[in-house]
Amino acid sequence: MSNINTEVNICGVVMKNPVTTASGTFGSGREFSEFVDLNKLGAVTVKGVASEPWKGNNAPRIAEVYGGMLNSVGLQNPGAEYFINNDIPFLRQFDTKIIVNICGHSIEEYCKAAEMLSDSDVDLFELNISCPNVSQGGITFGTVPSMAEKVVSEVKKHCKKPLIVKLTPNVTDITEIARAAVSGGADGLSLINTLLGMKIDIKRRKPVLFNKVGGFSGPAVKPVAVRMVYQVCKAVDVPVIGMGGISNYEDAIEFIMAGATAVAVGTANFNNPFATAEVVEGIEKYMIENSIKDLSEIRGIID
Amino acid sequence: MKKIEYAEILINDKIADDIYSMTLFSPFIAKEAKAGQFVEVYTGLGEHILPRPISISEIDSQNGKITLVYQIVGKGTEYFSKCPIGDLIKIMGPCGNGFEIKKNAKKHILVGGGIGIPPLVQLCRDIKGKAVVFLGAKSNPVLTDKFRKLGAEVYIASDDGSIGFKGNVVELMKEIKPEGDMVYSCGPKIMLKFLAQWAKENNIPVQVSMEERMACGIGACVGCAVKIRKKGESDWQNLKVCKDGPVFMGDEVMWDE
Ligand SMILES: Cc1cc2nc3c(=O)[nH]c(=O)nc-3n(C[C@H](O)[C@H](O)[C@H](O)COP(=O)(O)OP(=O)(O)OC[C@H]3O[C@@H](n4cnc5c(N)ncnc54)[C@H](O)[C@@H]3O)c2cc1C
Ligand code: FES
Repeated sequence: MSNINTEVNICGVVMKNPVTTASGTFGSGREFSEFVDLNKLGAVTVKGVASEPWKGNNAPRIAEVYGGMLNSVGLQNPGAEYFINNDIPFLRQFDTKIIVNICGHSIEEYCKAAEMLSDSDVDLFELNISCPNVSQGGITFGTVPSMAEKVVSEVKKHCKKPLIVKLTPNVTDITEIARAAVSGGADGLSLINTLLGMKIDIKRRKPVLFNKVGGFSGPAVKPVAVRMVYQVCKAVDVPVIGMGGISNYEDAIEFIMAGATAVAVGTANFNNPFATAEVVEGIEKYMIENSIKDLSEIRGIID
Repeated sequence: MKKIEYAEILINDKIADDIYSMTLFSPFIAKEAKAGQFVEVYTGLGEHILPRPISISEIDSQNGKITLVYQIVGKGTEYFSKCPIGDLIKIMGPCGNGFEIKKNAKKHILVGGGIGIPPLVQLCRDIKGKAVVFLGAKSNPVLTDKFRKLGAEVYIASDDGSIGFKGNVVELMKEIKPEGDMVYSCGPKIMLKFLAQWAKENNIPVQVSMEERMACGIGACVGCAVKIRKKGESDWQNLKVCKDGPVFMGDEVMWDE
C-alpha cells in the first residue's frame, strides 16, 4: 500500500486519489454518504449550482435506455446561497476536495454564481457550459467555440478558484471547443457531459421524457467518452477529468491511459451506490498488481 | 438509515394475472421500514441499469421478512417474476417517507386502486382505530381478503363490474359516504386526483402515495419531481417523490400541472 502514490494534481489542487463524482449524479454527497465513506474520495463534484434557485423541467425526467439512461432534470437546484449555507459545511466534515459545478442561462448569471461562490470554502469550479444561452435563442454555450471562449473568459474574471470547463460532446469537433475553452482561460477541462438522446414510448406514441429529449449517460456512452478524452488530451495541455460511463476501475484506468488526470463516476452510482469507493479500491489494487508507483506512469500512454 | 441487502427470495407466487407476491428475507429493511415506504429492486440485467421502485406491502420485522406485490409491466418486473426461490436479489431501502398514521383518529379511510393496493395492507395492520377500505381495479382488485382478515370494513369496485360496484372507487365512495379523520391512498394518478377532490369537499385530509420515474431513489439526482404547493406558500416547488414522498398531502399536489 505504502509504496503506491494515488495522488493527482488538478490545477494546483491535490486530490488523494483521482476519483470524483459526476455532477448531478451524487447530489452534494449527503444521500450517498449512507453508503460511501466520503473520506475515501479524491473529490466530490456537486450538482449544478446557479446564482438563483432553478425549478427544473417537468416530469418525467428519467428514461431508461439500453445500457444507460436519459435525463432532463433541467439543472433543478436551490441556488448558490442555499448551497453555501447547507452543502459546504456538510462536505467540509470530510477529508475530500469540493468541486462545485456552476450553471447559468447567461454570461451574467454564470459570473454572478462564480462571484457568490468564490469566497466560499470550495476547492475548484467546474463550469457547465452545456446550458442554453437564453440571449442567443437557447443555443448551448459549449457548442460554439466563440461563445465558449467568451463565457470562460468572463467567468474567469470573477472567480478566485481554479476553473475547470466541462465540455459537451454534442459538437462536430471536440478539440475545437477544448482549445477555445483553454484560450478563454480554462485551467482544466472535464468531459464528457451527456449526449443528447431521445426515447419514444410506442404504446403511448409519445416521447418518454416530458422535455422530449434528454442527456444520455451510462456504460453505453463510454467508448465515445474515451475517444473524446483521448483527442482532447492530445490537443491541449491542461489537466482533464475524464467521465462518461465509468462503472468500475477498469473503465477508470482506460480514461487515465487516454490521458485523464482524474476520473468521475456518474450514472453507475444509481446501479451501485458503492461504485465510487469500489473504483478507488480497484485502482489501488491495479497499481499494486502492476507495480505502478504513480499514476503518471500510465497517464496518456496511448500514442 | 438505508442499506443494500442481498435478500433471499422465500416466496415468489403468482397471485393474479401478471401480478406476483414476493417475500424476502431482508432483516435490516424489515426492522427499519414502515407502511408506505418502498424498496429499490435491482434487476441484475446488465443493460438495465436503474433499480425498480416497489412498495413494501407487508413487514414482518420479527422474522426479518418483507413482502412486495408487483405487476409485470416491462423487462424488470418480468425478470423479478422469473427469479427462483432461494436466489438472492439485491434491494435497497427502506426508501421514502411512508404514511403518517393520524393519532387518536376514530376512523381511517384507506383507498387503493390497482397495483396501488399492496402498500395499504401493512398500513391497515398498523392502524389502531377502525378502518374502512375501498379497493378498485379494472376487473378484480387484489389482496381484498387480507383487509377483511384484519377486520376492516371493505368495499370493492371494478371498472367492468365483474366484482362489486361497477365503476371507480371514488364513485363508490360517493355512494357509501364514509366518514373518517384521515384518508390514505395509493393508485393511479387520475384516481388520486379525484379522491383529493372528494376529500376536499368532505373536509377530510388525504395522504396520497405518488409514482414517478426514478434514477437514484434516495434524493440525490432530482429525477423524480412532483409539483407541490405547500400550505400557506404562494409559490410551488418541485419536490422529490423518492425522498420527500412518495406520500404527499392531496391538497398540496398540483394535479393539473
Ligand atoms: C414509489 C413507487 C412505488 C411503487 N410500488 C409498486 C408496487 O408496489 N408494485 C408494482 O407493481 N409497481 C410499483 N411501482 C411501479 C414500478 O416501479 C414499475 O412498474 C416498474 O419500475 C416497472 O419496471 P419494468 O422494468 O418492468 O418496466 P419498464 O417499463 O421496462 O421500465 C423502464 C423504466 O421505467 C421505469 N418505470 C416504468 N413504469 C414506472 C412506474 N409506474 N413508476 C415508476 N417508474 C416506472 C422503470 O423503473 C424503469 O426505469 C411503484 C413505483 C413507485 C415510484
Ligand atoms: S430518484 Fe433521484 S432524487 Fe428521486
